[in-house]
Amino acid sequence: MLDSLYIAWKYISFNKLKTTTLVACIALISFLPMALQLLLDESERQLMSRAAVTPLVIGAKGSSLDLVMNTLYFGDEVPELISMASVERVENMDLAMPIPLYVRFGTRGNPIVGTTPDYFEFRGLIVAAGRQMALLGDCVLGAKVAEILDLKPGDSLVSSPENLFDLAGIYPLKMKVAGVLAKSHTTDDLAVFVDIKTAWVIQGLGHGHQDVTRLKDPTLIYKSSESNVAATAKLYHYTEITKDNIDTFHFHGNLGQYPITAVIAVPYDEKSGTILRGRYLSKQETRQIVKPREVIDGLLQDIFRIKNVLDAVISVVALATALAIILVFALSLRLRQREIQTIFKLGCSRLTIVRLLLSEIFITVLISGVFCGAMIFTVNQYANEIVRMLFIR
Amino acid sequence: MINIRQLEFHYQIGGFRLSIPEFSVERGERLAVIGPSGSGKTTLLNLIAGIIIPERGTIGVNNVKVGELNDAGRRDFRITHIGFVFQDFELLDYLSILDNILHPYRISGALTLNKKVHAHAAALAQEMGIGDKLTRRPNDLSQGEKQRAAICRALLPQPKLILADEATGNLDPDNKTLILDLLFRAVEDYNTTLLTVTHDHELLKRFDRVVDFKDFRL
Repeated sequence: MLDSLYIAWKYISFNKLKTTTLVACIALISFLPMALQLLLDESERQLMSRAAVTPLVIGAKGSSLDLVMNTLYFGDEVPELISMASVERVENMDLAMPIPLYVRFGTRGNPIVGTTPDYFEFRGLIVAAGRQMALLGDCVLGAKVAEILDLKPGDSLVSSPENLFDLAGIYPLKMKVAGVLAKSHTTDDLAVFVDIKTAWVIQGLGHGHQDVTRLKDPTLIYKSSESNVAATAKLYHYTEITKDNIDTFHFHGNLGQYPITAVIAVPYDEKSGTILRGRYLSKQETRQIVKPREVIDGLLQDIFRIKNVLDAVISVVALATALAIILVFALSLRLRQREIQTIFKLGCSRLTIVRLLLSEIFITVLISGVFCGAMIFTVNQYANEIVRMLFIR
Repeated sequence: MINIRQLEFHYQIGGFRLSIPEFSVERGERLAVIGPSGSGKTTLLNLIAGIIIPERGTIGVNNVKVGELNDAGRRDFRITHIGFVFQDFELLDYLSILDNILHPYRISGALTLNKKVHAHAAALAQEMGIGDKLTRRPNDLSQGEKQRAAICRALLPQPKLILADEATGNLDPDNKTLILDLLFRAVEDYNTTLLTVTHDHELLKRFDRVVDFKDFRL
């Protein structure tokens, strides 16, 4: 048997182009359905596990999928904004604990999640290093963000402009890293958490600047009266919140009208949850309340329908590939008739000839298996990121 | 060494018929078989080697009646008792020269490949003047070198009989002489018998005996 494998290996290694083509065909056609299944399992696990533990999400009417993806997985698609009054409304109903979320901005490719400390308690997130965010301008990093950006408590991080052409927009805010969360193996590992007010500062709704009542430079004053001073655009706005300037930061207008993207509602019990859902059923209602599990279920149904179609396509391609491989072996056998005749003349049995050919197939399939395994291993290693890339970002 | 009695054979297609009433070759004899193309020279080699079976008559090789052996017996007999040398060398291009020489040992359980055989193969190649080409592939060798490698392959199991089917047919005059010298020397050194089919009339005078095949064909 070893001799057959030896001769087969020599043949395979000599005919590199043929072997490479066969190995590529077999490896790819085996890899595709397995990788697809692996990614679907991972997406189901990843999407469903988080959806299952998030009871209700309130947001603006529109795409429930965008709302859930943004709220649960901090997806790039920002839903219609709602106001902080929505939080107050849930509070007043006394049926659930409301947790506001403002997921709109980002920093170095990671989402900035504006929320309240209740969020950390709700998700069971623990600060592994440093402290919880306490001051305006503080941020707490998800474990993976800290790892990728190589940041630790005491470092700073600058928010990104909303888009590249936002030149006249709000200055990026330099945030102070207060703490780093322990790994949760969820989307939270990939986020930068700030207090909801810090998120408003990033948007420019809250800001800090020189005290206009003490300005000495006349070019900084646009209009002045006894009760009011209006500054010119030359007035310096702080881009970092420090001990010295934190008192100058302020918010204009009614905070209840300030924007958020969603409210996670954690009902006190099942009945409260049902009543809460009922309160958002009216036709005049401008908000929607969704059960993330139902929304993700719908998404997965769609994905599985697509997967079934892909499975059928892959089956046909696999059959065609298998036939092509059989053809390659059959043609190769025909080309090698003379060689087979020679070794038969020398004294080789037909069984040994069959064994030689089977050894070639075995080695080819084995190499393909190794390549397929390596590719599956790689996909498995990055399944989390691939799923995020495919379904969330 | 070879004893053929009342041999009759015919191919189903083409109507070819071969009839040999009596034919024998002595041990150590160097015999050339000549005859026109299609006269059955190669068929005779295949009959002696047990690759094909006669309809009538007996073929004895080294006191073994080849036709009475079963398939496996004939194969084992062939690989252990007969060394084949072909016109086109029939070396496998994906194997090194050493692997080609050792090939019979790897395709049959009747021969055992061990270190001694490896050493013998290397020594044989050295004798044949291709000792430095063992790691090369057949395509890197000249025609003469390829045939020398093929002779090494045939001689390694120390066969009692060498069947050479136009072994010099694809060689230039110098290499023809050289290959024939090597085959004759092998007959002496290994106490073997040589039966060669040839069209090369210039070489005939060097053989112990020449058989004209047209005498056998019906």
